[in-house]
Amino acid sequence: MTSPLEQKKIRITKPSMVTANRTWDGAVIYRTAAKGWSTNLSDAAIVRTADEARELLAESIADDVGAIGAYIAPVEVKDTGKIEPGNLREQIRSEGLTIDLTVPA
Amino acid sequence: MYAYDELDRTLINERVSEFRDQVKRRLSGELTEDEFKMLRLQNGVYLQLHAYMFRVAIPYGTLSSKQLRQLAHVARRYDRGYGHFTTRQNIQYNWIKLAELPDALSDLAEVGIHAMQTSGNNTRNVTSDQWAGVAPGEIEDPRIWSELLRQYTTLHPEFSFLPRKFKFAITASEHDRAAIKIHDIGLRLIKNADGETGFEVLVGGGLGRTPFIGKTIKPFVHGRDLLSYVEAILRVYNQYGRRDNIYKARIKILVHELGIEKFAREVEEEWQQLRDSALTLDHADIEEIRSRFSYPAYEKLPHMPDELKQAAHDPLFERWRKNSVFPHKVQGYSIVTLSLKPVGGPPGDATADQMDAIADLADRYSFGEIRVGHEQNLALPHVAKRDLPVLWKALDKIGVATPNVNLVTDIIACPGLDYCSLANARSIPIAQELTRRFANHDTANLIGRLHINISGCINACGHHHVGHIGILGVEKNGEEFYQITIGGRADENAEMGTLIGPAVPYAEVADVIEDIVEAYLALRDRAEELFVDTVKRLGVEPFRERVYATR
Ligand code: HEM
Ligand code: SF4
Repeated sequence: MTSPLEQKKIRITKPSMVTANRTWDGAVIYRTAAKGWSTNLSDAAIVRTADEARELLAESIADDVGAIGAYIAPVEVKDTGKIEPGNLREQIRSEGLTIDLTVPA
Repeated sequence: MYAYDELDRTLINERVSEFRDQVKRRLSGELTEDEFKMLRLQNGVYLQLHAYMFRVAIPYGTLSSKQLRQLAHVARRYDRGYGHFTTRQNIQYNWIKLAELPDALSDLAEVGIHAMQTSGNNTRNVTSDQWAGVAPGEIEDPRIWSELLRQYTTLHPEFSFLPRKFKFAITASEHDRAAIKIHDIGLRLIKNADGETGFEVLVGGGLGRTPFIGKTIKPFVHGRDLLSYVEAILRVYNQYGRRDNIYKARIKILVHELGIEKFAREVEEEWQQLRDSALTLDHADIEEIRSRFSYPAYEKLPHMPDELKQAAHDPLFERWRKNSVFPHKVQGYSIVTLSLKPVGGPPGDATADQMDAIADLADRYSFGEIRVGHEQNLALPHVAKRDLPVLWKALDKIGVATPNVNLVTDIIACPGLDYCSLANARSIPIAQELTRRFANHDTANLIGRLHINISGCINACGHHHVGHIGILGVEKNGEEFYQITIGGRADENAEMGTLIGPAVPYAEVADVIEDIVEAYLALRDRAEELFVDTVKRLGVEPFRERVYATR
């Protein structure tokens, strides 16, 4: 996994959010605009510039008791405003294992 | 079975209460994640995609029924009702909560199981042949020596902060079921001309980013010198190992860079100073450990009981027996492999209910003992042949009698992108699709022994390099691609597979594997020529041609 420090150098090219795992149980969580965490991707604060992303990440990392391994990850924001995971890894984290799905032909 | 002594029990219990306190301080914020990470890793706790992952050691792959029931209990109580058996005789739980981990550890401690040294830069679980102590022709039970090494390396201060992780494997049979050539130190138990027990010592094997087959560093080390010799190796490693670069830190890189001769000289020099020290084992040390291993009171049984003769008329029973039942050193008994590779299922997973049922069957038919092998299957090591027909029915009922042991659907796979935070690509769904493609038993049987190994990234937890067919997940522009190798093997003739061509996308992997298998069926010179032998005879070219001609 890319460390948050390295990520500070990364410019974001897509709308992004900050995600982590909840310390006490490991659940996947997303940083919200209200400076809290939610287990729903739809509650995630969306950032569109590197500065915003850096700020959101810094604030997330500061919550060392609540969350572990925070990092910036891409999302897709649909025309309807619906937020979807930006890659397969985040899809699996947000929607769960793929292994009950049938394999695409 | 091995009976732990008081010291072991005290150590494990102390460790649990220590960890309970650490978790409490972590959850209260007294410890930061930076401070806590090393502590959790020392107790087998990783962070994965969805949750923490908890790895528990099953030393040399031997479990009592009581221990297996406790593993089931942990799966049910603290996880989602299943566990994953790994290639290194561990079990992993995928959904465990940090806040409940101390309770899980404490429940495991009740039956002498722990997670110490299942992660981190120390000596890991010492693995062994899953048929140790029961395989015909075995020189002696290698677990005696595994246990000696386990005791010696556990929490050894000098070996708790090595440059990188360190893995031992031991076998005492000619046919290597413990994959000793791909371990940091591999030990093959042998006898010298005077009939004394010792070891051929191999060093520097390993997979991952830079795979190497282990090399023989000393053809015979006397049993009494095992610990001093191993200590000499570890000291040389500790001194020269590359701590500055994680990719170069394993002993295999050091052995490769120094060359085996120079490395051996360094070790020899170190060893001369250690060899007649307190590390020398005397007869009593060894016998003390030996006496803690108990063996079943086998009965005198016929080679071919009536029950077996009758059952032989049932083709389904025969199919399973031929595939999953192996000779035992004692007449009238068998070793039975339980396939954790059902068609369409994730390789190596077992549910809590299955584990409980297997524990009950072990009590009834295998003197309460279960084994875990590196192929991610289980075994019952002492089954009376007369019991095979009833046992088969019972195993079939709980879904662990798929007659595919060592066949194309007996796939080794790592957790891959479905669970693992280091993954490039998924492993499990590839395995599942392949088991569906080759679900027809007659086809699988016609193909014969063929090991497919799948890893979701270059760390090679699924041993892809040494699969007869190896599948490695890579990432290309955010998409899952897979590199395919053929001709690898993990046994006494261990070899790395050769890349067959450009990586293929997720959706094409199963087709490509089918093409490779079809090419093999067309190319083999007789039905008994195994896939690996055909590849060895012809090289990869004819396979490449057939697979890529139409792509
Ligand atoms: C899901 C969490 C896991 C993580 C984070 C993980 C991580 C790693 C890493 C980083 C390595 C490479 C080490 C190196 O080359 O120095 C490695 C090697 C290995 N892992 Fe895992 N692993 C995981 C699961 C597993 C599982 C499920 C298995 C068994 C199926 C396994 C078996 C192995 C083996 C046998 C190697 C040895 C390859 C070698 O170095 O020779 N691991 N693992
Ligand atoms: S091989 Fe890679 S993807 Fe698979 S378990 Fe190991 S680290 Fe994870």
